[in-house]
Amino acid sequence: MTMPFYVAPEQFMKDKADFARKNIARGRPLVATVYDQGVLICAENSSRSLHKVSEIYDKIAFAGVGKYNEFDQLRVSGVQAADVKGYQFSREDVDARSLANLYARYMGNVFTHEMKPLEVEILVAEVGSRRGEDQIFHILYDGTVVDEDRFSALGGEADAITTRMDRAFRPDWSLAEALRACVEALAGPDRRLSPHDLEVAVLERSDGRRAFRRVLEPEVERLLGPPAGAGTAEKPGEG
Amino acid sequence: MFPPGHDPGPDFHRVLRELGLLPLSSPLSGPSPAARLSGVGGGTAGGALGETLALAHGTTICAVRYRDGVVMAGDRRATAGSAIAHRTMEKVHPADAHSGVAIAGVAGPALEMVRLFQLQLEHYEKVEGQALSLEGKANQLSQMVRSNFSMAMQGLVVVPLFAGYDLRRAKGRIYTYDPTGGRYEETDYHAEGSGGRDARTTIKLGFKEGMSREEAVELCVRALWEAADEDAATGGPDAVRGIYPTVATITAEGFQRVPEAEVAEAFRRVISTLSAAEVRGAEEEAGASGGLGGSPAAPGGPASGQVGGDRPAGAGWAGSGPVGEALP
Repeated sequence: MTMPFYVAPEQFMKDKADFARKNIARGRPLVATVYDQGVLICAENSSRSLHKVSEIYDKIAFAGVGKYNEFDQLRVSGVQAADVKGYQFSREDVDARSLANLYARYMGNVFTHEMKPLEVEILVAEVGSRRGEDQIFHILYDGTVVDEDRFSALGGEADAITTRMDRAFRPDWSLAEALRACVEALAGPDRRLSPHDLEVAVLERSDGRRAFRRVLEPEVERLLGPPAGAGTAEKPGEG
Repeated sequence: MFPPGHDPGPDFHRVLRELGLLPLSSPLSGPSPAARLSGVGGGTAGGALGETLALAHGTTICAVRYRDGVVMAGDRRATAGSAIAHRTMEKVHPADAHSGVAIAGVAGPALEMVRLFQLQLEHYEKVEGQALSLEGKANQLSQMVRSNFSMAMQGLVVVPLFAGYDLRRAKGRIYTYDPTGGRYEETDYHAEGSGGRDARTTIKLGFKEGMSREEAVELCVRALWEAADEDAATGGPDAVRGIYPTVATITAEGFQRVPEAEVAEAFRRVISTLSAAEVRGAEEEAGASGGLGGSPAAPGGPASGQVGGDRPAGAGWAGSGPVGEALP
């Protein structure tokens, strides 16, 4: 009978974390930020049908980077959990915090107990009824939850994107301003992203029940303004 | 998170079952109450249980196809035996953005079925990323009615009426159900519930192909008026409390409630065209009893004399209302 090689727990965990981090960084990034009317999520994604950003519940959205099948399964589980909770109790009792905890527990469990950790990072966002009550939770591959109150960047060169967003961020900016900053942060100094490369969605504060809305290509084009301008050149017709 | 073999997919009903929550399953055990009450029930076991337990039921709901889609309407009264259980019950509900469901039958399970149906459609839409086809929605509801069958056998019958705008075929469609889950598509209109027969006849006489929104709303309102006139379990317009039947249109723009003021106006028009015979009867009674007796205004209760909302209380409606003015 052969004994398996001994691997120190530190080394084992580090290997798993490196594996997950490396594969997540290979995927294309997304960034989410609060703006005056809610939460904006902007992802680099050229597919029109395989979404990275989607609706979970009335005021809650989900976004994921990394391996598509893994974060899509997480998304469906989130929809199931939220719908069941809303059915058993009340629609008001479904919130992003408990959903983020549910995800964190699951991803943490997989990271510790399974051979292969999940190669995803996800984002759970909730629009509040007033400004300043919006929430963004960023959940890492090992179940770490980060509560952001301004913006969050996932996947790709997340650190560089965070630095660029940090420079551009202004509280209570409009959708057009926020979207332009997000696109510039995602693209970096050397690239240009066209509306076709983007998947944009918002959680909008309104009287309606379902706050999630996809911002489709024509509207993205309009919000981004004339493409030739040097970044923050001019404002579009309305904020 | 469900393991692969138990993944319920986009079916919310299955999610609940996997979790051990059993919606719409019979809460009753032992011999069926219908059997126990056979002496009372006779042919209609539903009436027996409903009346014995004083469950809220009784309704008129209808749907009419018109040029832009479908109009759905339902009265607001729920009865328990001969008592009025609720005056403001909503029986016409949006199922999702482009369809609506109206309910007749025992109120408790019916409202639960509506809630579950709404969740089912929304759940599918979120999981799959696009809404079900109209036919898919109709079939879903059929399965729900069928899963309620054991309760229906015990008297807790729920019969929904489903209508929606088919975005792929660009037209309004109406589906009716029987308690076994049978699903039937109607071509032009349908009415259901204890006053459904009277409403159906009214619509049959007034239906035209390609009606305008205004005409279709008025036809539904007229049908509800006639149903309330003949059926005690159906409520008419109540101007004192400002309670009017629920009317909604479903078109390419989606499910929209018709504003209450517009429904009240439609009732005013309907009353102004009632036949001379009906009005004469009312006039005679108005002379004898102050106009509140078994006149055509009776379904509205004590307030029906002022459907318009602008007549002095207690005045007989035939002499002072719009009816008299409209007569030749």
